[in-house]
Amino acid sequence: MIRLRDLFAVVILFGIYSLMTAALFMDLDAVDVAFTEAAVGAGITTVLMLSTLRLTSRWENSPAHSPVLPLVVVSITGAALIYATLDAPLLGDPAAPAHQHVAPRYIQQGPVEVGMPNMVTAVLASYRGYDTFGETFVIFTAGIAVLLLLGIRQPQPHPRPRRAAIGDQIVLRVVVKLLIPLILLYALYVQIHGDYGAGGGFQAGVIFATGLVLYDLVFGEDCARLVVPAPWLPRLASLGVLLYGGVGIVSLLSGRPFLDYSALSHDPVHGQHMGVLLVELGVGITVFSIILAIYYALSGRKVRV
Amino acid sequence: MSELPGLYNYWVTVFLMMAGFYVVISQGNLVKKLVGLAIFQTSVFILYISLGKVAGGNAPIFDATITVYSNPLPHVLILTAIVVGVATTSVGLALVVRIHEAYGSVEEDEIQAKDQHDEESQWEAGSERQADDR
Repeated sequence: MIRLRDLFAVVILFGIYSLMTAALFMDLDAVDVAFTEAAVGAGITTVLMLSTLRLTSRWENSPAHSPVLPLVVVSITGAALIYATLDAPLLGDPAAPAHQHVAPRYIQQGPVEVGMPNMVTAVLASYRGYDTFGETFVIFTAGIAVLLLLGIRQPQPHPRPRRAAIGDQIVLRVVVKLLIPLILLYALYVQIHGDYGAGGGFQAGVIFATGLVLYDLVFGEDCARLVVPAPWLPRLASLGVLLYGGVGIVSLLSGRPFLDYSALSHDPVHGQHMGVLLVELGVGITVFSIILAIYYALSGRKVRV
Repeated sequence: MSELPGLYNYWVTVFLMMAGFYVVISQGNLVKKLVGLAIFQTSVFILYISLGKVAGGNAPIFDATITVYSNPLPHVLILTAIVVGVATTSVGLALVVRIHEAYGSVEEDEIQAKDQHDEESQWEAGSERQADDR
């Protein structure tokens, strides 16, 4: 990858690398993470990077510097880090410090207190709801930053028939037409079923956006914009964050701590279920609209030099 | 020393981290730098997820027949970090697009040369104006 001058190949290799990482996460029992990495790394990141290449240039200049100094720096840092790992706990050691503090509580009490089998969702949305609120806000802020930098182009009325960026590929059109409803349906399943199986708002938002991005890529410019108009997206994103925060405010008004979902219903476990569902919905809406907005911003920009 | 093979997950992390770091500091192309940064990022993901692995454990989804689960906490942290990662990477990509529009290049040395050229011509224009005032 370092010697390649063709950035297109670099980006595609990075997509393959992401897919391999997802397989590795699967092997390490992190199903939710593998899911996210496969959708984000292999799907969305690759498309966004390719859109950037379209706006900049595909070919890289030959390097101007000698690689010796960076190699020395990297070797010294790497050697120091390897030396530091010699005292670290072994892979899979159940007595490692990481498994001692709060993790046993999450594993043993999670299914009882929050009442959902997927412990990752329980920790994400309930125990560490503050963190997740913060992360959702970071995504929101990053999306706003991209919109400030690039802006979303308003689609002009097309006098000529629309052409897809990849040309008119009949096989792709037919296959994608069959796939898109399944992708969108699957995203909804992942959104709602996140309490019981792998999945949740983050993955669902990304998968839903992927479906529309695929539609746009294969069926031509601005097709997705007819389904989800660009001006909706910033509003949808704020709506998601507001929904998340609103759940917190409701529990605050009921005299409980911020984001304590037990306040939402008479039965604490029932309240947890409702809270997690609403919060995940907020996350899903925000992630979906921000990812799609970023795609619109990058793909809709005209090439200028 | 017999326990050393059990540390290989850290070494994979260190290798990937250094590979990403090398790309960031040695390559001049801004898009390539961002790819390097993303590889650096995945090395941290792999570190966290491998820390959460328990030998003989299962995915942390409750089932009455399973007794050993892997640690769900790193999974939560990394799951959100991946999505935050793509959002922040896109901010970087947007900046690269704007830099290309302003400078006509995404190569670090060309951008620096252009900046320097602009500064020098500004300085010259400034000194000429001073001379005129005199």
